Amino acid sequence: MKVRVEITRRASISDPEGTTVARGLRDLGYDEVGEVHMGRTIHLDIAGDDPDAVMDRVDEMCRRLLANPVIEDYVITVEEPA
Amino acid sequence: MSEPLHRQLGMTDDEYDHVVEILEREPLDAELAMYSVMWSEHCSYKSSRVHLRRFPSDAPWVVVGPGENAGVVDLGDGWLAALRIESHNHPSFVEPYQGAATGVGGILRDILTMGARPIAVWDPLRFGSLDDAHNRYLFDGVVKGIAGYGNAVGVPTVGGEIEFDDCYAGNPLVNVMCLGLMKREQLVLSAATGEDNLAVLLGNATGRDGIGGASILASASFDEESGAKRPSVQVGDPFEEKKLIEACLELFARGLVVGIQDLGAAGIACATSETAANGGMGMNVDLDAVHLREHDMTAPEMLMSESQERMLAIVRPADLKAVLGVADRWDVSASIIGTVVPGGDLTIHHRGELVAEIPAASLSEDAPLYRRPLERPADLDALWSETPAVPTDDAAASLLRLLDDPAIGDRSWISEQYDHMLFLNTIVEPGHDASLLRIKGTQKALAVSTDGNGRRCRLDPRRGAALLVWEAALNVAVTGARPIAVVDNLNFGNPEKPEIMWQFSETVDGMSDACRDLGLPVVGGNVSFYNETDGIDIHPTPVVGVLGLAEPYPDPPPRLDRAEAGMALWLVGPEGDPDLAGSAHQRVVEARLEGRPAAPDPGAGRSVIEAAVVLADVCPVLHDVSIGGIAVAAAEVAIRSGVGVQIDPGVDLFGEGPHRFLVAVPADLAHDAITALGASGATHRVIGRFAGDEIVLGTEVVSLEEAANTWREAIPRRMG
Amino acid sequence: MTQRVAVVVFPGTNCEHDVVHALDLLGVDARLVFHKETSLDGFAGVVLPGGFAHGDYLRTGAIARFSPIMTEVARFAEIGRPVLGICNGFQILCEAGLLPGALVENRDLRFVCRPIHLRVESTGSVLTGSAAVGDVLEIPLNSYEGNYVADTDVLDELERTGGVVLRYCDPGGDVSDAANPNGAARSIAGVARGSVAGLMPHPERAVEAILGSADGLSLLRSFVDSLTPSRV
Repeated sequence: MKVRVEITRRASISDPEGTTVARGLRDLGYDEVGEVHMGRTIHLDIAGDDPDAVMDRVDEMCRRLLANPVIEDYVITVEEPA
Repeated sequence: MSEPLHRQLGMTDDEYDHVVEILEREPLDAELAMYSVMWSEHCSYKSSRVHLRRFPSDAPWVVVGPGENAGVVDLGDGWLAALRIESHNHPSFVEPYQGAATGVGGILRDILTMGARPIAVWDPLRFGSLDDAHNRYLFDGVVKGIAGYGNAVGVPTVGGEIEFDDCYAGNPLVNVMCLGLMKREQLVLSAATGEDNLAVLLGNATGRDGIGGASILASASFDEESGAKRPSVQVGDPFEEKKLIEACLELFARGLVVGIQDLGAAGIACATSETAANGGMGMNVDLDAVHLREHDMTAPEMLMSESQERMLAIVRPADLKAVLGVADRWDVSASIIGTVVPGGDLTIHHRGELVAEIPAASLSEDAPLYRRPLERPADLDALWSETPAVPTDDAAASLLRLLDDPAIGDRSWISEQYDHMLFLNTIVEPGHDASLLRIKGTQKALAVSTDGNGRRCRLDPRRGAALLVWEAALNVAVTGARPIAVVDNLNFGNPEKPEIMWQFSETVDGMSDACRDLGLPVVGGNVSFYNETDGIDIHPTPVVGVLGLAEPYPDPPPRLDRAEAGMALWLVGPEGDPDLAGSAHQRVVEARLEGRPAAPDPGAGRSVIEAAVVLADVCPVLHDVSIGGIAVAAAEVAIRSGVGVQIDPGVDLFGEGPHRFLVAVPADLAHDAITALGASGATHRVIGRFAGDEIVLGTEVVSLEEAANTWREAIPRRMG
Repeated sequence: MTQRVAVVVFPGTNCEHDVVHALDLLGVDARLVFHKETSLDGFAGVVLPGGFAHGDYLRTGAIARFSPIMTEVARFAEIGRPVLGICNGFQILCEAGLLPGALVENRDLRFVCRPIHLRVESTGSVLTGSAAVGDVLEIPLNSYEGNYVADTDVLDELERTGGVVLRYCDPGGDVSDAANPNGAARSIAGVARGSVAGLMPHPERAVEAILGSADGLSLLRSFVDSLTPSRV
């Protein structure tokens, strides 16, 4: 099944890229822009048909490699069930 | 009915007929694709070759001259240096980050191909004015691309130079020079010798990157959509390159390769045909063995792909296991794609079908050679008839305007984004006339200066080009190094215009004259034509890179920041009339471009270079006088050293006449300096002294603080 | 007896030869150890040098920390043998959880390669044991992801336990925003925990006057002094 992992910088950790993008948007006149947080998206193609089991495995992958819990949060979404 | 295939691929009818003559039949699609790329201007130098032959390229210390992947010179005691310069102008305009990054990656492989470890990179850059947002985007992207690739691949970027001029707005110039170092026994050539030896493709998987006209062949039908297929942008992977470099160096060190060739333009087609031709052999190539990133590629696409970070190694069958072991250790993919055979034919199969069978040497040796018409530009007489005005007042204001110019002001905004220290060789870092790199464990150090001056070459390409060689040679000499070799990157407009070809021919003659006068061999070069946008050509912009050898190197070496209060300011070299033709003063202060630059004076030039080499061992500061003249040169020393300078009245402040440099001379070393100068035959004059906290230009005064702030902010204030 | 130090080479590491050169100057027998090795037997200490291990893909240090050799590095940390991470090596040690915090992109989003000044904040580490608190050192920085971050309680704990060993400062030793080259939290340039230390600047680039500074020797000498005789 296809699984999407979205990783973002934790709110308490400085995010220079997000801050810079926010400033750039405001410079262009988008005054409504508040905070901007940069992140990355990882698309995984996973063998298996039990969504719960796949979620558990991907959660483990996030904790071990895909995200750094010291600075990052993550959200896992099943995009396309098997 | 659309145009014949060869025309879609950019070949003329005559060129096509020549292919038919060579093959004695109509070419297959893949064959035609190979000829079209290998006979392109970029690969064959068909418009420039006839001129490039005029460069002097011999000297006793030249080990490998022009025509190989890089020039190689002997540094003594078993050390060899490999050097090359390249351009990535067009890719950088399309995608500045990746264009510049892949330019760095490509030249590293050229140096690696000779058996040398790439130890340093220089980046001469040219853009339109930074007052324009798009030019800022290009500039920022190119610098980040060089940094992103060079820093990660682990080769320091230790210098370069920069110009801003409107003529580069639609056509930025991104040149890159690389220096490699090896012991003599490591030298490898790109020849496939030895029947039954194997061709092993190392590195990245092959995809559809950068396929030129050959991409037309990807579609079965040649309809009007063909023209819309643009070559895809090449994407660099410095991590793959780093592994490839380490793996190849291990292969060389263990003597596991017979020959090697990097894959650049025309990828597999070029690498297989060139190695076979260089070895006087043929090669059977099986495209099904190539490791691919995209699995539905056609034979022409695979042959033409410019996927980055790939090398073709020729290995003995007995060594294959060891070669694959090294590749595996470094996580480098490898596939055995060919076998060396006698006879000279390059035979290529794909999915069981014969897709090409051509004489390997014909792709390079039979390439067309053009003698394009030359015509002196009509406007030169008018430009020469103007006598540049000699500035008489407002020297202080002019100096501040010059220091605020991003081509003159502090360039550390650029160089601090580059790792310029790796390997612990850099003993004079970017921001000086030349960078100086020691060779650890020896008394030797290598100096390199890259120089270009499009505006002066526009006014007189012959003199302008000659002056570049003289200036770069003096730049390395002020670090204590004797110039030993030159590489050149000739950036020009459309060669089909006789005026552009005249500029090109004059440039070659001017450079050749200067090199002969200096006894300097040209060991390699690159030509970039068609730098035109909407019919507007760039200024003729030759860029030279001069390599110098200092032995023993001065310790400490002269630097711009070692002047102190009480030191005298000397000018070494001839004092003619102020030369303002094409000067920075004309550009920045007067917004003009006119006059004819002074011709170099070989006798004076040689003695001044000799003087610089000997004075580098004696005096703390030596600084070449170039753009902005003596005023800017003295101000740079004052700002960098944090001490004021007083220049006597009557000194030519803004002229850019050749063969001159400044020296800061401590009182107790004046006698030694005069003795050192005596033998060189160069003249000198005391023109001022370092003291106080002002820059005094005759009767006018600028505060050092204001000058320093202006100079420091020249780039940052524009880039935000 | 000459001390033997392992200098770990990951694919993408590029400062390994420079670290060996610097340790050579201090009379140490420094040897390159490939990341696929599984033993550090015979070594008295280990250095993770700078570079771009595994291309810094995903996150800097993220993949490197799973290399086989890292199990041994963790064991060294556990039994109290000196472990030093420089630049990318520091990032890897943080990713591996052997040091607290993490390194993110510089405040100005530009790579920074230039000499900066550091103030020694604590001498209870393998990196600063032979220096004095308040020493100001000039050492090159060379990084894009050199901006040290950690939660407030982690930072407070580090401060309290002497885990903050180096801070960015001006040439006079004053710590300020202006003297902070990358936005690092509390201007932190180097941290330590137990026998493990990490720093963003490159002490091995400041080991000879002709390179512009020899101040890095003070830190590397501390590391060497902290080595106990090699055991097999």
